[in-house]
Amino acid sequence: MSARSLLARHIRGYSVRDMAVAALFLLPCLIIFAAFVLYPLGRTFHLSFFSNDLLGRPVHFVGLEQYHRIVSDPYLVGVMGTTALFLAYTVLPGIIIGLGLALLLQPKIAAIGVFRALLATPFAFSVAAAAVVFNVFYRPGIGLFNGLLQQMGLPAIDWLTSPNYALGSVAVVSIWRYMGYTLIVCLAGLQSIPDELYEAARIDGASSWHRFRYITLPLMTPTLFFLLVVSTIHSLQTFGEIKLMTAGGPVNSTTTLVYSLYKSAFAYGSSDYGLASALGVVLLLVVTVITVIQFRFLQRKVFYS
Amino acid sequence: MKTFRLFAHYAVLILAALIVLFPLYFTIAGALMTDAQLMRFPPMLVPQELHFENFAKVLDAMPLIRQFFNSIFVASAIVLGVLVTSVLAAYVLVFLNIPFKNVIFGIIMLTILVPTESLIVPKYLILVDLRWINSYPGLIVPFVASGFGIFLMRQFFLSFPKEIYEAARIDGCGHLRFVLTILVPIVRPALGVLGLYTFIGAYNMYFWPLLVINTPDMQTLQIGLQALNSSESTQPSLIYAGAAIAIAPMLVIFYLFQKSIVRGLTSGAVK
Repeated sequence: MSARSLLARHIRGYSVRDMAVAALFLLPCLIIFAAFVLYPLGRTFHLSFFSNDLLGRPVHFVGLEQYHRIVSDPYLVGVMGTTALFLAYTVLPGIIIGLGLALLLQPKIAAIGVFRALLATPFAFSVAAAAVVFNVFYRPGIGLFNGLLQQMGLPAIDWLTSPNYALGSVAVVSIWRYMGYTLIVCLAGLQSIPDELYEAARIDGASSWHRFRYITLPLMTPTLFFLLVVSTIHSLQTFGEIKLMTAGGPVNSTTTLVYSLYKSAFAYGSSDYGLASALGVVLLLVVTVITVIQFRFLQRKVFYS
Repeated sequence: MKTFRLFAHYAVLILAALIVLFPLYFTIAGALMTDAQLMRFPPMLVPQELHFENFAKVLDAMPLIRQFFNSIFVASAIVLGVLVTSVLAAYVLVFLNIPFKNVIFGIIMLTILVPTESLIVPKYLILVDLRWINSYPGLIVPFVASGFGIFLMRQFFLSFPKEIYEAARIDGCGHLRFVLTILVPIVRPALGVLGLYTFIGAYNMYFWPLLVINTPDMQTLQIGLQALNSSESTQPSLIYAGAAIAIAPMLVIFYLFQKSIVRGLTSGAVK
């Protein structure tokens, strides 16, 4: 049978020609996904059950030992605490700031477009650019921030060199850089609320607080929930700021899950791929749980509305 | 009363803009000051005279032009790859009737869900096996297919009128010809959105190039900034100048194409 007549056939109602074209079109992305997502996914689980030699080859099967380390080693338990604290510092404050700015930018007044563009600008900063610039701002002796504080008669702060402040200082940079995104999403959510609702409320004499509480907030719930999920995932993945500003210190006070993963696999030739993979699995599980909750929530929203 | 409220609103807006934009302002201002001025107390916030020589000095301090080229080249190659693979895959998902479509769609959604950081060890080991460490393919190839890109294209294609597709097919238009001559010209704005979004992400990439690249001439600009950060710590003016150069293309893109960027960013968020 010639190729031409084969392509013209149908198998179970599917055109052979269409299937051949589909295979050809899907091939490039499926190869990439197989090599750089699916295989590494399986391999991460696999590596997490082994300890490795100096060359990084998994040699000893250790079962759940790596996971046991994560829940029992004081350093790694501390890492989980730091990660949770970093989420607390960044996620809700970031959303509240973004929503606040979006509310300021909501009214259709003159030049509001300019302000919208200006306030979303931090989005243009890369992690590395933001981190190196804030590093100079945060410098202990001659830094800009301490200079400004002293000028106002306030004591200087050890922004990045004190275990009490370092995580917060890193969080500020992370919030600032992510603010452009939060703001843009909030603004889009606000703009999807019909104006008639506000007009009707105004006619009924509702105060601006009541309009916010009973119109804006309920109708923004899906947007805010979406932001809660993506900000949490984004915050969990924070790496560049920590690497460039504190390298996990002082005394591990900024070593989060992702940073400890990096450190155990790559820093100072440690090559503890087993532990790094187990930490990767933990990250994956946390992100999966968050995503599943999001799907559940969205389905319920669809059901009720 | 109404004018007063409007006035107060603008006052708050201006104050917010000043705080939010201060780091950007001082990156540029600092790039134009001398190191002595930057270390002065009380801090100097406005440059007295403009020291453009800092930009020349930072060009001497690091292979900035080469790294700039690396960043643009890598980001452009990734954009090209993502556009091609996303259009082809989304075309199959939307227009073709094939078995296992849901399985394929599931795999694509899985690639969006999985955080790349959790796979970093095996991905790195694959690159070692391929001998792609410190090479352009190592920086580009893992990113030329994007689950998000396919998903976004699929959303745009779903609103494409099916009648046009069927009419073209009946007239004997082949699949590839339909994609290239009818579909792509019509969805060009969507390609722009995806292209911009991908370019910004690729240009700003940090974690992966940090692992993959180990010589200055192969580094992207973002990793170059890190080297500047540790080697020029006594010369803050050079750090500001380097950062200003690194963010300049992003600022231009952001202000020129803000509408498209906003569309890309909110495409997953608001229905």
